[in-house]
Amino acid sequence: MSKVQDYPSRLGDNSSRKFETFSYLPAMSDKQIRQQVQYIVDQGYNPGVEHTEVENAMENYWYMWKLPLFGETDVDAILAECKECHDANPDNHVRLIGYDNYAQSQGASMVIYRGKGFK
Amino acid sequence: MAKKGYDAGVKEYRDTYWMPEYEPKDTDILACFKITPQPGVPREEVAAAVAAESSTGTWTTVWTDLLTDLDHYKGRAYRIEDVPGSDDAIYAFIAYPIDLFEEGSIVNVLTSLVGNVFGFKALRALRLEDIRFPIAYVMTCGGPPNGIQVERDKMNKYGRPMLGCTIKPKLGLSAKNYGRACYEGLRGGLDFTKDDENVNSQPFMRWRDRFGFVQDAIERAERETGERKGHYLNVTAPTPEEMYKRAEYAKELGTPIIMHDFFTAGFTANTGLANWCRDNGLLLHIHRAMHAVVDRNPNHGIHFRVLAKCLRLSGGDHMHSGTVVGKLEGDRESTLGWIDCMRDSFIKEDRSRGIFFDQDFGSMPGMLPVASGGIHVWHMPALVNIFGDDSVLQFGGGTLGHPWGNAAGAAANRVAVEACVEARNAGKDLEKESKEILTSAAKHSPELKIAMETWKEIKFEFDTVDKLDIVHK
Repeated sequence: MSKVQDYPSRLGDNSSRKFETFSYLPAMSDKQIRQQVQYIVDQGYNPGVEHTEVENAMENYWYMWKLPLFGETDVDAILAECKECHDANPDNHVRLIGYDNYAQSQGASMVIYRGKGFK
Repeated sequence: MAKKGYDAGVKEYRDTYWMPEYEPKDTDILACFKITPQPGVPREEVAAAVAAESSTGTWTTVWTDLLTDLDHYKGRAYRIEDVPGSDDAIYAFIAYPIDLFEEGSIVNVLTSLVGNVFGFKALRALRLEDIRFPIAYVMTCGGPPNGIQVERDKMNKYGRPMLGCTIKPKLGLSAKNYGRACYEGLRGGLDFTKDDENVNSQPFMRWRDRFGFVQDAIERAERETGERKGHYLNVTAPTPEEMYKRAEYAKELGTPIIMHDFFTAGFTANTGLANWCRDNGLLLHIHRAMHAVVDRNPNHGIHFRVLAKCLRLSGGDHMHSGTVVGKLEGDRESTLGWIDCMRDSFIKEDRSRGIFFDQDFGSMPGMLPVASGGIHVWHMPALVNIFGDDSVLQFGGGTLGHPWGNAAGAAANRVAVEACVEARNAGKDLEKESKEILTSAAKHSPELKIAMETWKEIKFEFDTVDKLDIVHK
């Protein structure tokens, strides 16, 4: 049996904060991100880009980037919008929402660009 | 009037209650019973007897029958089928006029359908396999206080199953030590921790103390992780008054979710608590202690899919559903059938999943099935595949038994569930490629790696007792 290890999460360390789905995995490669965006498109969800300062990530509402990309199914176009949001707000978390019109909920929500201080 | 005058005496049930020509109405409550008759009793007679004894009839003619329009109120046996794989049992389909039942009362429906008739001597065994609630009746019930979509929005959990953990040991911890166990699990990445069902308010840990310390654990874990957390505070109590008192205190603390044991406490208490939760904005987790007493025997009792439909109408946001793969009983196809009954708006008849009727729930919200009991990280790919995103996967021993403690156990499960969702979305076959998916995720998570080593060989491969009825000869 290996030696017991401490769980390294601290109230005083901002990088211990998580940001929901996929935040326990390492940042995804470009290829992995494309696959997830393709999944959102394949489910028929409407993509929407949002961003916020890392310290406000727990709140219900982030800043909406422009308007949701209703009916957009081009993965490159969606990723370009995420990048544009990131370039304009380089310190912020940038997430992609997949709006599921039938469930009246978000079918997916994942941070595409991690904010300042997050690996 | 059917005929003139009153004839005292005993008539055969089938003269009145067997009506193969009857076309069920859209408003009828329909039931399918599996009946094992006593030897020598004709199948039409036994089906008619069940229809009679679960609706208007009794064993003899009474003069007061003539004061009403029995044809309006009686239940009718309208179809009989052989049970595949059985020589003596039959399926009897019975239609009940909606007027037989008080609006919004699951209590009343069950008192009729599974009342005296289950002790009837002419039957060796009787099982209620399925019920079709007409949409007209569904609309009189409150249903889940919040539903899946509202819960996701409140808890901020999207695109993945939620993760829970039942705190162990089940009994005997002090309130403060118990809160510690919750805090560790929540800070490690769980969405919920849970009171075990038999944690109510015993001398070693009174409910008020538990609620306070656990709420403290939730709030600190939220500040630490930046994620929404909850703990199912069990408000199951000896009396409804006491139950509401505990629920009120939970609300005062600002906790997001409370819990109830619907079967031991009863449908009256459950429906009342669901209404209270709807009024007060709390989520309601439902445990199912005692269910296996009535739903496990394949020939006698009530099938779990019936209990699941009844609970959805009575009200709950989570309901335990079995895991298929863990330590507790649950056939795979059958489980898929009843989790549809918990979540979907419309469920089509599908005998391969044990669904005997089309069921329309209209706009009634769905419940999240909770998979709990003897599961660990190695089961994660199969669980994500079976249950999909709209579920709560609950690892008790599979979190707390981690060699490095609850936080590490929680992190292992969280990494595993996210890796499985990522792989599924990327088009991988979760069950075929399970080992590869988990092994690859463990490269970045020492917690997951140790969990995988700890539980490598643990499986629960026993044959299911309650299987779907299929020809096997």
